[in-house]
Amino acid sequence: MIQFDRFTLANGLRVLVHQDNSTPMAVLNVLYDVGARDEDPAKTGFAHLFEHLMFGGSKNIPSYDDPLQLAGGENNAYTTNDLTNYYCQLPAENIETAFWLESDRMLSLAFSKKSLEVQRKVVMEEFKEHYLNKPYGDVWFKLRELAYTVHPYRWPTIGQELSHIEHATMADVKGFFHKHYCPANAILVVAGKVDTPMVQQLAEKWFGDIPSGKKYIRNLPQEPAQTAPRKLAVKANVPLDALYKVWHMEGRLHDGYYAAELITDILSGGGSSRLFQSLVKEKKLFSNIECYHFGSTDAGLLTIEGKLVKGVTMEEAEKGILEVVTPITRDLVEEKELQKVKNKTEASLAFEDMSVMSRASSLANYELLGNANLMNEELDKYQSITRDDIRHYAAQIFNDNNCSTLYYYAQEPSGN
Amino acid sequence: MLNRTIAPPIKDAIEFNLELKPYQKWVLDNGTEVYAIDAGAEDVLQVEWVFYAGNWFEEQSLVAAATNYLLKNGTQSRNAFAINEHFEYYGAHLNRTAYNETATLSLHCLSKHAAELFPVVAEIIETSVFPEEELQLYKQNNKQRLAVSLKKSEFVANRLIDVYVYGIDHPYGKYSTEASYDALQREALVAFYQQFYQQRRCLIFVAGKLPSNLQQLLNAQFGARKVAAAPALPTHVATPAAAKNYRVENDKEGVQGSIRLARPFPNRHHSDFTKATILNNLFGGFFGSRLMNNIREDKGYTYGIYSYIQNHIHDTAWLVSTEAGRDVCEATIAEVYKEMERLRNEPVDKEELLLVKNYMLGSTLGDLDGPFHIIGRWKNIVLNGMKDDYFDKAVDAIKSVTAAELQELANRYLLADEFYELVVI
Repeated sequence: MIQFDRFTLANGLRVLVHQDNSTPMAVLNVLYDVGARDEDPAKTGFAHLFEHLMFGGSKNIPSYDDPLQLAGGENNAYTTNDLTNYYCQLPAENIETAFWLESDRMLSLAFSKKSLEVQRKVVMEEFKEHYLNKPYGDVWFKLRELAYTVHPYRWPTIGQELSHIEHATMADVKGFFHKHYCPANAILVVAGKVDTPMVQQLAEKWFGDIPSGKKYIRNLPQEPAQTAPRKLAVKANVPLDALYKVWHMEGRLHDGYYAAELITDILSGGGSSRLFQSLVKEKKLFSNIECYHFGSTDAGLLTIEGKLVKGVTMEEAEKGILEVVTPITRDLVEEKELQKVKNKTEASLAFEDMSVMSRASSLANYELLGNANLMNEELDKYQSITRDDIRHYAAQIFNDNNCSTLYYYAQEPSGN
Repeated sequence: MLNRTIAPPIKDAIEFNLELKPYQKWVLDNGTEVYAIDAGAEDVLQVEWVFYAGNWFEEQSLVAAATNYLLKNGTQSRNAFAINEHFEYYGAHLNRTAYNETATLSLHCLSKHAAELFPVVAEIIETSVFPEEELQLYKQNNKQRLAVSLKKSEFVANRLIDVYVYGIDHPYGKYSTEASYDALQREALVAFYQQFYQQRRCLIFVAGKLPSNLQQLLNAQFGARKVAAAPALPTHVATPAAAKNYRVENDKEGVQGSIRLARPFPNRHHSDFTKATILNNLFGGFFGSRLMNNIREDKGYTYGIYSYIQNHIHDTAWLVSTEAGRDVCEATIAEVYKEMERLRNEPVDKEELLLVKNYMLGSTLGDLDGPFHIIGRWKNIVLNGMKDDYFDKAVDAIKSVTAAELQELANRYLLADEFYELVVI
């Protein structure tokens, strides 16, 4: 059970406090309710580029990193399709430094030209390092476009193409800041060796006078139900054929989400999972195979991907996958197997909660979803999933009309 | 009115009291030493069994790694599926990792399941059988994985730079090839297992919220088997390459180069080691370093650049590593050398030195959060043969190091001519 207090400042900033006296550290986590899904389709990658610019100096403080490091702190940030999260950890005695730094960049950035020029280049190198200069690095660009016709999950957080980042202007930067970076659209979590009266006083002092800003109302086109299978075949300079199948699944706040999570564990949660045992160990069709999803807030994708053993054809490999997933849509899983994946979930949640930093970001994430206390209700939700639920949602997900398939062929002739 | 241009007062980290929580030590009936840290709020446990069974001991390439990997793929009474199912049923993870000197089994589980899981770990250590079919699958799948990795410039660069520093025959320099996978035979794995696992004493490191009967549980499962002392480490001599400069084309269409610069460096027992880690931080060890500020934050040549001293028990190497745009690789290398030159020629100013000290101490303090981090530090101290006061001395060194000492170290080690230089595109 994760304890926390919650209050809201007059300007609308939501603040959560999680006290843990066993650590000498404090964590300050600021989540902004904006992700890649909120981008203009002609200017993708912007939420993530903007995250870089948040370190380029704010209105009254030329450098974010130097004063934090001087106070013994470290920090980082991440952008997803759904949200942007900034966090720093420092010795608890110096927590006010984090309030000072985070509040000033919420108040206003410096909008430095140099920072924009440099970070554009840095992000382009990040794009190359992670997506262009890697075998199979472009897979998710293709899969997202195939699976989503209208929802902005069509593009990855790094952006649809390099040119969108290259052409980002200072006017774009300012517009984005004013639209999304304000107390009305943010959640502040302070955790570690802190107490609520102290956090309340510091939050009022540093964040209290920041203008509220306008609450951003999200109105995204929702993806219509898919009605026919979609397929795409590509060839690339890679050594092995690979197969990717994605199915639409329910969003984070729907009942089907929890069943889908357990289904991914039944299929590929370890060495005794069904896909691994059947297709890697017994039939030897794949040298590796995985099933996962991204935990997306809106309706997401459940993915199975694997690399084919040389000599195996795409048709054999695909048939193998269907032979593993079809029985889950038809037959009840064994009680013991369901218990196994629930036990795994129980252990993963306990391990996740070990670090203060991870607890702080989880609280922020759940608060964004609607209520931080959802964090304490997760395990019960998983525990309540029945064998019937698994079969019901598996049948809903693993329907061929709900599936997009990418056949990724090696350019060099495959086979022994 | 709040003046936001003035920083709130801070307590300098050099005033902090950093203490590494002491371990408890038990010796099981057969002489196995157990190091334990009881801490944390969650009912979780991490146990690591460390064997002297790394590639330092193998006579044929990959035998140590393959033996370690296949340990849990079959015992006298369970096949691989049954072993995996047992651990996974309890939500536990049993991993294995082969390093150079050592190779480990590690278990992460909820504390309440320890009694169900330890007997199967003991079964693996005592009766693993290495089925031929499992080995064939291992060879096939790892050759496929290697083929994909070889398309990545960073993978190729990491292998080559180690070869230049240590030589292809040294445990730190040798690497896997398709032929070395093909040459693996079951008999060699079984022999290696018998010699370095089954009949040998291991070390156990355990951390988490420890069950009150943990010592008895460990003794019952791991204290009875007959063991010989851990083997002595054979001598391997590095054979560094003569030529210093290398440019390799791995992918004609590559859009980035993987840059690696490396020089040989002594191990932790050398008197320069601790203070060199501080110089390394200043140079390229964290986000506020000289290399990061210049090459990423000023020039935008890369997403990230770091320097580090490799975590080896024997003599090691000091490296600079980055992936940079194809057209700016040579400019990046020139800037790295300029930063070495600045560190040699100019003493670091007071403010920057204080920043590095505070950052290092603050992040060390943060890293002592939780039982797994604490046991990790003790494991490092024990396996490197350092004394128990190593941590305290390292903290003292950070607090007391002077600009003059760092400049002297830069003049001793950060010399462009002594670095191997590699770009793989």
